[in-house]
Amino acid sequence: MLSALEIEALSLSLKVALWAVGCSLVPGIAVAWLLARRDFPGKALLDGLVHLPLVLPPVALGYLLLVLFGRNGPGGAWLHDWFGLSLVFSWRGAALAAAVMAFPLLVRAVRLSMEAVDRRLETAAQTLGARPLRVFLTVTLPLTTPGILTGLLLAFVRCLGEFGATITFAANVPGETRTLPLALYTALQIPGGEAGATRLALISVALAILALVASQYLARQVSRRIGL
Amino acid sequence: MLELDLTAQVGGFNIKAAFQAGSGVTALFGPSGAGKTSLVNMLAGLLRPDSGRIVVQGNVLFDSRQGIDLPPEHRRLGYVFQESRLFPHFTVASNLSYGRRLATKSRALVDFDAVVDLLALAPLLTRRPKSLSGGERQRVAIGRALLAAPRLLLMDEPLANLDAPRRSEILPFIEKLRRQFEISIVYVSHNMDEIVRLADQLIVMDNGGIVAQGPVDEITARLDLRPLTGRWDAGAVLTTRVTAQDQRDALTQLSFQGGDLWLPQLDLAIGTPLRIRVRARDVSLALTPPKGISVLNIFAGQVIEVGEDDGPQVDVLVDIGSPLWARITKRSQRELGIVPGRKVHALIKAMAVDRRGLGSDAG
Repeated sequence: MLSALEIEALSLSLKVALWAVGCSLVPGIAVAWLLARRDFPGKALLDGLVHLPLVLPPVALGYLLLVLFGRNGPGGAWLHDWFGLSLVFSWRGAALAAAVMAFPLLVRAVRLSMEAVDRRLETAAQTLGARPLRVFLTVTLPLTTPGILTGLLLAFVRCLGEFGATITFAANVPGETRTLPLALYTALQIPGGEAGATRLALISVALAILALVASQYLARQVSRRIGL
Repeated sequence: MLELDLTAQVGGFNIKAAFQAGSGVTALFGPSGAGKTSLVNMLAGLLRPDSGRIVVQGNVLFDSRQGIDLPPEHRRLGYVFQESRLFPHFTVASNLSYGRRLATKSRALVDFDAVVDLLALAPLLTRRPKSLSGGERQRVAIGRALLAAPRLLLMDEPLANLDAPRRSEILPFIEKLRRQFEISIVYVSHNMDEIVRLADQLIVMDNGGIVAQGPVDEITARLDLRPLTGRWDAGAVLTTRVTAQDQRDALTQLSFQGGDLWLPQLDLAIGTPLRIRVRARDVSLALTPPKGISVLNIFAGQVIEVGEDDGPQVDVLVDIGSPLWARITKRSQRELGIVPGRKVHALIKAMAVDRRGLGSDAG
């Protein structure tokens, strides 16, 4: 049904997207909380930084990542010396590129949802004896779940579709960094590769639709459970 | 029990209040915007006063001079909000247990079943707040605050969002809980009916300051506070005790310092203490004891004070052994010569002792 090439691209896309989103979850919630609930000097700067990947050309961002995490960049050298890890030409690099591009989407969705949580419920929890962390874990976070789910979905789908930063930073290595979009692009470079490209495009669309439907279903379940 | 002395600037207006409250129910009364809720929020630690001191049961919660300001989670005060604030993602049972789980072992825990019984919450335990009525939600809110084993219960207009039938449904629960759990309550309300029914001490606030404080009967009898306590329903509070039941005429006799009152039968045991409110508009005055009149409750007394009001009517404070208010027309006042010192007879229409104005003086 699917050729080896397609399976490789598909599973790589999934692996990259899942790792990217999985590692972004906690930092994403933390940053969303900072922006939603806290005031501090430099808040506007943080807000701007988080949104940068939304407005920068992806290739430019890929280049930035290369400067920082390439073989000779500060981050890249450190990772190589301490962990023996190399991000460029590796699926890890593809995951990092995807994660960075998708981060603002996650943060935005979580932040919006968190800001909508009734603060009065949080103060009620305080009067009942709950300390700030407990208030966050038992009241704020559960009620933010719809936003977290939405953010995760948006981030996941964005990761699946990530191209410019990936190809610039992680390069186009089959089996390592050639995710679905890169595979599609590559197929179009080859004369007579349109058929393959079409199939890859269809797979991408199917994947995106599946993700959307799954999230709609989950969102409904969650809303019911948290009494909204 | 509670000592409070604060000043604060809230939203552009100044609050300055100092009072002490003992056990029982202390009501904070005043018009909207008087600063009652701000005061309670400062008590709870949700709002910070500019200066002052708050001590509850010997524990200093706030002292600006010593730099003490305990956060709300350490104050151990229960707070029942006007809008219940139940956690929508928890069941009723989990809502109730929320504060209880956080109570440290050193504190005496409040019995879960006792509270559920008291507030009739058993059929609601597995439900979600969303499916409850307003009255049910407030009962759960009260239970939740109680179960956190607080030193003091704060209630900020807990019945304000409910309609009259719901209010009279919940008031007995609050009376019961105060008796059964022996917990002191600070009760904020702008509804005199609730206060007469529940409160022992009354603190009247206006414009950020305390205008009067004292036992409920005394404060409601004061003429100068009437603009605040509400002119239409103005009346005196009499402390009485059930002394007899007349089965044939279906009447109950209540005795108070001025004598005996007869009113339509109340299903209460002899000896039951009862606080009743007699509205000024239901009291007439006569210079001589009327004969051949249908009113059962007539008392001899003396005029203490006459109010100054706009309009055709005026309120008169009469001492019949207890203070009582009568509302008469200015014409009658003039023609009868109703002035302080005048001996008069006060007529209370038996039907005017309004059941909604009945408060229990137990405990």
